[in-house]
Amino acid sequence: MNWLTNLVRPKIRNLVPKKDVPENLWVKCPSCEHMLFRKDVEKSSMVCSRCGHHMRLPARKRLEMLFDGGNYTEIQLPVPAPDPLKFKDLKKYPDRLKDAQTKTGEKDALIVAHGWLAGMPVVVAAFNFDFMGGSMGVAVGEGLVQAAEVAVQQRAALIVIPASGGARMQEGILSLMQMARSTVAVQRVREARLPYIVLLTDPTTGGVTASFAMLGDVTLSEPGAVIGFAGARVIENTIRQKLPEGFQRAEYLRDHGMVDLVVHRKDIKSTIARIISIMTHRDAPSELAPAYLSTVEETDSPLPLPPPGDPEAAARADGRPADPSDEVSEDDEGPEDPTQHGDK
Amino acid sequence: MYFLDFEKPIAELESKIEELRHLSDADGLNIAEEVGRLQVKVDKQLKGVYAKLTPWQKTQVARHPNRPHCIDYLKALFTDVTPLAGDRVFGEDRAIIGGLARFRGQGVVVVGQEKGDDTETRLRHNFGMAMPEGYRKVCKLLDLADRFQLPVLTLVDTAGAYPGVSAEERGQAEAIARSIDACLDLRAPLVSCVIGEGGSGGAIAIAAGNTVMMLEHSIYSVISPEGCASILWRSGGMAQQAAEALRLTAQDLLEFKIIDEVIAEPMGGAHRDRAAVFASVGDAFERHLRELGTLDGATLRQKRREKFLRMGREGLA
Ligand SMILES: [Zn+2]
Repeated sequence: MNWLTNLVRPKIRNLVPKKDVPENLWVKCPSCEHMLFRKDVEKSSMVCSRCGHHMRLPARKRLEMLFDGGNYTEIQLPVPAPDPLKFKDLKKYPDRLKDAQTKTGEKDALIVAHGWLAGMPVVVAAFNFDFMGGSMGVAVGEGLVQAAEVAVQQRAALIVIPASGGARMQEGILSLMQMARSTVAVQRVREARLPYIVLLTDPTTGGVTASFAMLGDVTLSEPGAVIGFAGARVIENTIRQKLPEGFQRAEYLRDHGMVDLVVHRKDIKSTIARIISIMTHRDAPSELAPAYLSTVEETDSPLPLPPPGDPEAAARADGRPADPSDEVSEDDEGPEDPTQHGDK
Repeated sequence: MYFLDFEKPIAELESKIEELRHLSDADGLNIAEEVGRLQVKVDKQLKGVYAKLTPWQKTQVARHPNRPHCIDYLKALFTDVTPLAGDRVFGEDRAIIGGLARFRGQGVVVVGQEKGDDTETRLRHNFGMAMPEGYRKVCKLLDLADRFQLPVLTLVDTAGAYPGVSAEERGQAEAIARSIDACLDLRAPLVSCVIGEGGSGGAIAIAAGNTVMMLEHSIYSVISPEGCASILWRSGGMAQQAAEALRLTAQDLLEFKIIDEVIAEPMGGAHRDRAAVFASVGDAFERHLRELGTLDGATLRQKRREKFLRMGREGLA
């Protein structure tokens, strides 16, 4: 039997088309390491059905999720200066850029688009972490400046979704200056009295956090996202102590007063829509059911509840989730599959 | 005096001069000629070495323990210095000092990072690495400057903002962001000078000025050469290469139009002639304040913002 296996197996393997290789059918959750069926995870916007972990998303996926019908107009950003410093470490910067461009199919780490969100005009600037760690160089800074300009021109809200390790070292001091440039961009939107919403995603660190990302009128974050200024390793080396549980996670920042609201991915669009509609004195977007807090302690995503006055609502005001589909039965091992009540 | 590695030959010559002086005192020998000859040699070597410092050597000079620090400038250049402590939220951070003062007679707000000169003062000032409170204190001071139309002078000298658990808990990133925001919002002149180390976000937090100057042997960088080396070369030992690659010298930044002026240092660096460097920095501050003083607050703010918006735009296609 052995000779047969050895001879025949490799040949069969070669015949199987690449896309059917199990790695593509299944996704391993980076948090709980559970193997998930790719189709299911994609349906739940890459949230693990077992542990609720929010996996990283490419920028275009973010745009699709936010804009009505997934339709948006991309703003053509200038091509970045190839290599202002003629920077070379183990690799030349232009080579790193080219690799990132090939890998992602994008010109740089930021995509800017405008369109409609729940019928309201918005400009969205979304980072691609896959592009050199979402690092901010001149091109990204320019993208943020242009995003702000378009928002002001169109009287639209500006939504920025960082996913970035910070400044792009290969652009040296020019990348540091993007902290100032992006801050001026935010100031323009602020002075035009337009909403500026930041949705922090995993990870948002360094010079990106220490500039436009922390200047939102409202700062939202996805659950579990790593958000901080200094890297955890740098801190550990400095203080020579173990870091506290949950350090630099979204919930930790919320509990320390740095993030307004931690929002489950399925609720992001509706939450942003509610915020912008109230800030801009618009009626509630018609497609959204009103949301109610289940308790005053509830600081995360508002849950859809029956209107107050419903006798059952009072009974549930003790903090238990009121929507039966939100109940977690005793024998469940983890939170329920969020796709069951996603706002699709 | 502390001597850097590449200053060792100079240090030897200088100690020889010292010895000769002692000899002449003791024996009454006339060795003035020999001393003079050695002194010429010292000057020539200093000039030679300092004229072509490598980026890594400049990094070391910028961090030289005897280099004048923020408080030295406050004592030398300002009168009526009235430090105003605290962020009115959490605490007082001595890594950043600032307050009201007079600069050559004119009322100003002055802000700077202080590294400290010995163990005791270094600890008191946390080696010039600020906590969020420090940056929030800057916001408080810039708000005063804005409301009372006082020019702001900042002295930049920090390895960076402090990386620690409590700093993160209290929002280091947000504090730096607000401080940059406040600099770019100010409706009064803002003139900055990097006197030593301009370390990343912790530096630009007080350096988004109308005019930004650097001392000849100071550095200003997005990341320390050591940090850059450990990330990109995966070895802290490659700091020299990283220093080269980062283009962090005052001369580089002038070429990139990130800064407006390089202030010459005395021969052998600021630590060799403090009075001279105080005078040069003072004169440069005065010159820029006089120029900016003709503009109204709104124009100053607009020009400052436009200046930063231009940075890096040229290279875009
Ligand atoms: Zn999982």
